Amino acid sequence: MFETLLQNLGLSAFSLKGFGPLLLEGTWMTVKLSVMSLLLAVVLGLLGASAKLSKAAVLRVPAQIYTTLIRGIPDLVLMLLIFYSLQTWLTTLTEAMEWDYIEIDPFSAGVITLGFIYGAYFTETFRGAILAVPRGQVEAATAYGLSRSQRFRMVVFPQMMRFALPGIGNNWQVVLKATALVSIIGLADLVKAAQDAGKSTYQLFYFLVLAALIYLVITSVSNFALRWAERRYAAGSREAQR
Amino acid sequence: MIELLQEYWRAFLYTDGQNVTGLAMTMWLLSASIAIGFIVSIPLSIARVSRNPLVRWPVQFYTYLFRGTPLYIQLLICYTGIYSIAAVREQPILDAFFRDAMNCTILAFALNTCAYTTEIFAGAIRSMNHGEVEAAKAYGLTGWRLYAYVIMPSALRRSLPYYSNEVILMLHSTTVAFTATVPDILKVARDANSATFLTFQSFGIAALIYLTVTFILVGLFRLAERRWLAFLGPTH
Repeated sequence: MFETLLQNLGLSAFSLKGFGPLLLEGTWMTVKLSVMSLLLAVVLGLLGASAKLSKAAVLRVPAQIYTTLIRGIPDLVLMLLIFYSLQTWLTTLTEAMEWDYIEIDPFSAGVITLGFIYGAYFTETFRGAILAVPRGQVEAATAYGLSRSQRFRMVVFPQMMRFALPGIGNNWQVVLKATALVSIIGLADLVKAAQDAGKSTYQLFYFLVLAALIYLVITSVSNFALRWAERRYAAGSREAQR
Repeated sequence: MIELLQEYWRAFLYTDGQNVTGLAMTMWLLSASIAIGFIVSIPLSIARVSRNPLVRWPVQFYTYLFRGTPLYIQLLICYTGIYSIAAVREQPILDAFFRDAMNCTILAFALNTCAYTTEIFAGAIRSMNHGEVEAAKAYGLTGWRLYAYVIMPSALRRSLPYYSNEVILMLHSTTVAFTATVPDILKVARDANSATFLTFQSFGIAALIYLTVTFILVGLFRLAERRWLAFLGPTH
């Protein structure tokens, strides 16, 4: 129906030439990959931030090395390094432990790689946000007899999110744009779909611009959602009138 | 590992015998795109904060487009996309420009970093102390003099910390250049990997080189901040 509509409007040059489903699948892959990597990165970031703020040097020093090294090396280099070495390491491990052979599929490898890389960036975001929560809040929570986990869950975390959200938003955009690189390591994401469609129709420019527009839509929608979340977590705080 | 280094150290640093490769190529890509981006972003950032919407909106649209899409797609459009249009190939000048991978890569990188730099400088201009601008106006500075003598010197200094971040991100972004057949550090690492199958070592060497360059850049920017941002520090 879409195709006939375009033809009737004289816009058949903009037809997807039957590559619509492929592009849609690629988009879904990109979104899935970004969201899963983001979740893993947030978990690693929270762990890393707690380790970096811990009093024990055994936790603090490795976390420091993790964030410095990962943030100093380009993500694409790390991606190739981890992606190509991950299977080798895993095979060595399973052989040493005499387990069954485990094969990692490209999707999980991509999620693990991206999550591991951006976990370092999230560590810094969360560390700054936890430090921004006033000390008195934790002390008051302790005085009320809350346990360590209750203190984090009910007092520190909700307030920390307010300071962390702008950083999380930035990192989300970076992760989303970084997933464009996974087509280099062979995952069938949006970029790969656009390239395939473009090459077989000889309309590479059109399909690549289309892919860029899809990225633009995703970033714009997530920006919008983020503003909403920022307002929600800002409940109870106000900015000075200027 | 030692054989790998013996065979490839020259390629990793500056040449494979015929072409400029590795670190030298990466630094050339970085400095060319950063320089173009810096020069173009100064007038654009002033336009970005203009009170006239007809001046402001096109710049805002440009930064929105280039900051909302991945650099890799931008590079693909510049390198393979534009050249796939027949009209471009028929124009001798355009044909000569877009046939060269180096031109396309620097064009894509410069456009990308210029969009981010424009927003950084525009933010610094906006956060300019209003008293300073009013004082400058009271002294009779108007138009371009106001920008050249008061606003830009201050805005550029105050954006230094954010600008240093952008330069380091750009260094990391130059790694996609190998997809356009530009022989940068990562391209050498990939060649070394496919020739020797020493995956971890090949990419590990590349990672170490990038790490060293990052640390040197961070150190240089710290020195620059100490010199140009001294006025923001505590008074003695």
